[in-house]
Amino acid sequence: MATYEPVLLRRIGRPECQGIEGYRADGGYKTLERVLKELTSEQVTNQVKDSGLRGRGGAGFPTGLKWTFLPKGHPGPIYLCVNCDESEPCTFNNRVLVEKDPHQVLEGIILASYAIRATTAYFYIRYEYGHGMRQMQKAIDEAYSAGLLGKNILGTTFSLDVFVHRGAAAYICGEETGLIESLEGKRAWPRIKPPFPAIEGAFRKPTIVNNPETLANVVHIMERGVDWFKSIGVPPDPKNPRDAGSYGPKLYCISGHVNKPGIVELPMGVTLRELVEKHGGGVWKGRKAKGAIPGGNSMGIIPESEFDIPLDFNGPGTVKALGLGTAAVTIFDDQTSIVDVLHNLCRFFAHESCGQCTPCREGTGWMLKIVERIRRGQGRREDLDILEEVADRIGIMPGTTICGLADGAGWPVKTAIRKFRPEFESYLKTGPRQGVRLQMAQAH
Amino acid sequence: MATVLVNDISVDIGDEKLNCVQAAQRAGVTIPHYCWHPALSVVASCRMCLVMVGEKKTDGSIAMQPKVVPGCQTPVKDGTVIQTMDPRATTAQKATLENLLLNHPLDCPVCDKAGECLLQDYSFKFGNASSRMVDEKNTPPNKPDIGPNVSLFTDRCIMCSRCVRFTREVAGTAELHVVQRGNHSEIDVFPGHPLDNKLATNVVDLCPVGALASKDFLYKQRVWNLKTVNSVCTGCSTGCSIHLDTNKDVVYRLRPRFNPRAQGHFMCDEGRLGYQQVNSSQRFRKPLERRESGTKPIEWSAAVASVDRAFREVAGVDAGNAWFVLSPFLTLEEAWLLASYARSVSPFVRIVSGPVTRVGDDDTYPKDRKGRPAANVKFTIRAEKCPNRRGVEAIVSHFQKTVVSFNDLLQACDAGSARFVYVTGGYSSAHPGFRVEDADKLAKAPHLVVHDLMPSALTDRANLVIPSAAFSEKEGTYVNHAGLAQSTVAGCVPLRGMRTDGQVFLDLLGRKGLVRAEEIRKEIGKTVSALAALAQGSTGEFGVFTGSGS
Repeated sequence: MATYEPVLLRRIGRPECQGIEGYRADGGYKTLERVLKELTSEQVTNQVKDSGLRGRGGAGFPTGLKWTFLPKGHPGPIYLCVNCDESEPCTFNNRVLVEKDPHQVLEGIILASYAIRATTAYFYIRYEYGHGMRQMQKAIDEAYSAGLLGKNILGTTFSLDVFVHRGAAAYICGEETGLIESLEGKRAWPRIKPPFPAIEGAFRKPTIVNNPETLANVVHIMERGVDWFKSIGVPPDPKNPRDAGSYGPKLYCISGHVNKPGIVELPMGVTLRELVEKHGGGVWKGRKAKGAIPGGNSMGIIPESEFDIPLDFNGPGTVKALGLGTAAVTIFDDQTSIVDVLHNLCRFFAHESCGQCTPCREGTGWMLKIVERIRRGQGRREDLDILEEVADRIGIMPGTTICGLADGAGWPVKTAIRKFRPEFESYLKTGPRQGVRLQMAQAH
Repeated sequence: MATVLVNDISVDIGDEKLNCVQAAQRAGVTIPHYCWHPALSVVASCRMCLVMVGEKKTDGSIAMQPKVVPGCQTPVKDGTVIQTMDPRATTAQKATLENLLLNHPLDCPVCDKAGECLLQDYSFKFGNASSRMVDEKNTPPNKPDIGPNVSLFTDRCIMCSRCVRFTREVAGTAELHVVQRGNHSEIDVFPGHPLDNKLATNVVDLCPVGALASKDFLYKQRVWNLKTVNSVCTGCSTGCSIHLDTNKDVVYRLRPRFNPRAQGHFMCDEGRLGYQQVNSSQRFRKPLERRESGTKPIEWSAAVASVDRAFREVAGVDAGNAWFVLSPFLTLEEAWLLASYARSVSPFVRIVSGPVTRVGDDDTYPKDRKGRPAANVKFTIRAEKCPNRRGVEAIVSHFQKTVVSFNDLLQACDAGSARFVYVTGGYSSAHPGFRVEDADKLAKAPHLVVHDLMPSALTDRANLVIPSAAFSEKEGTYVNHAGLAQSTVAGCVPLRGMRTDGQVFLDLLGRKGLVRAEEIRKEIGKTVSALAALAQGSTGEFGVFTGSGS
């Protein structure tokens, strides 16, 4: 494959582009001007739909299709919520975009708002991204001064206000209805669906929730066209009728035991092995990889033997991981105890479960208690079966919870046990290695 | 006409908008549920009502959805198929119960809810016999002073959030919140803002487990020892339908009983605690006659004879100087019997209805953020603190064609023309019916007979006091503010040696036998046109509407 020229990350490392002059000098907002003058909202929606762009937030739902779910001819207001509550551990693609190139995201926000006829957009950013929040607020202020936001943008009839809303640091606020509840000032308990946000979302009005990276892609789809976008990435798998293809560039976050952790923009479909070896600089300290989390904690764990899967929306599923997720790859080396990995993952989900649905609230806590006990060396053989059973029965897929957090909590547990069972079984016999400190900061 | 198939039982739901839980109820199938309550919003979070749902196509084939869905959140329509016995549904229900019991202390032997606890019931019916949890349970501290009337046993909570939604949606005061996350979630209040509103104790009834307990009832009784009868709250003219719980003829608690015609699902705290007067040690137990040397208990038969003699003496001279006051706390049957007695002696006896106690204005709920009443009223505590004004007025106006009021009686007493006055009471001591100056005026009558429950300014001045039975000790009918007649059943026998009011009136009338409210109701229904709806005798579970009064 020829060397890929980054598009989304083009301006990273060029601090002069963070301001509006620099961004405009680099060709920014030209697409917006052209689209507002030449295209209707439907044309924008159709172009995004035709491009096959799928949401970059984790679920991979086709973006254009989501936009068409809005009620036709709604008198408004319609809201756009930008989900920058990037709380999936090891994920930082939006952070880079928002901190280093906020105008690119903002242009995407304006384009998307134009397409869905939203007059208000909320930029929901997690509490920890203080710098990102200030960068975004600065970009918004500049855009207001330049007439790119506010009433009658660029002399058209289209008006848009963008507000930055800072979250209060909770994983569940990244769930789209949890985000909406939080935005409304309530406890971020995800809503029951239907109604879906496109029908009844923020403040009981039609609402579209999109990821910043998705919106950044919208800019380039409008700039370069559908054919350019479809020339990148992987077409649908003919053997899988439900696969809508994985087109376009994707930001991959690489973290964990690699020599060169960081973020890299590649066409969809790069293999996990290539990502680790070529872009991550290989496993650190000359060790071998034991396994990886292919796309954020909730996607499950895969062993080194399965590293040849392509990282597109379809690939991780072929080895029974949950999916691509946020494409945040975490590598752990062969010196790492899988029990430690699982314990850390369980701690996260037990801490972040919002506590609304019984299976998730109690299930995540129970799994943590069991894994903690195994880690102390007091595990029983049946614990592994209990873990697998509990992990299997929580989540939106078996139908037992409202949102997908529980699926994400269950998947690492069941994949870890299914794929690393011998290691767990030997750990049950031997207990922790001598001299290993087991104490970890308690979640509560 | 919509037909729903629940476990192969076909049930017709008409054109009502129901969810799976309700539709199954119609078919006689229990879908277990915790968080869903008909009066509250749907959150579908307890995940107890998971069932398999599908649709029957026109060609007769059934297409089931591939996974379990919460029944409370799933509306039914014509052709909906509900399967509660599908292995996937039963497994999910078992799993939910196992989850709920993970951190539950299982302290049933000391829990107030034991015996009427849905966690017990569902675990027995749908759950496992043992737990696989071997790890330590979470033990959050209890919050015994979450409100003046309510105590929270935090560790028993299953986070159904019914109580939180109640304070937000019905009371509108929003004191309760969920704090923390995951399995550390707890119900709590903000510091300095306890669960203190006039509807607060309803959260105890709503709580499906023993987390929220009524301080009034806490550790008093095991619920399986309680006898429950259907009754009516006599605290105000809303006339809430209630369950009256007694043991060995002592009233232990009142609980709201669902009645769409009266108040809905709830009741106020004042009404709920209003039973305490029944158990008061100050209640009269024997008729008391005032003599120069002081009051002296006399026999019931002597008291009845004394009243009858005094009344006939006055009526023989000028019946217009004999007055009967029918309290709005009397049941319809009692009012009817007493008025009949008065009329049986002379048609000129004056019958008036007693004073109506009112406190402020009607108090409606929910409140808004600032404590002002909000638009869509869900519950009303009425200003009129009497249960049966409309009913008694209907009886009075049936007998007394020319209207005389209680004030006319006061004037007559003041002027010295009233010779014989028979006053019925029953007012609660929180809202007394007679002011001291009124009592002074009434005391000017040479014969003042007071029929009441507790000592008051009026009984202190009476020549003869006849004890009343409490509402829990007698059967009868009350007509509420909207004209809804509801009959009650006696929950306990009167105190030892006591006679109910109706029995006294029967004795006065010289009629034999015990009071049989239903027979008297039929009699009233046939005679009093405004109360014709009572001619059936029974008023059913929810009562019947009468056109009486205004």
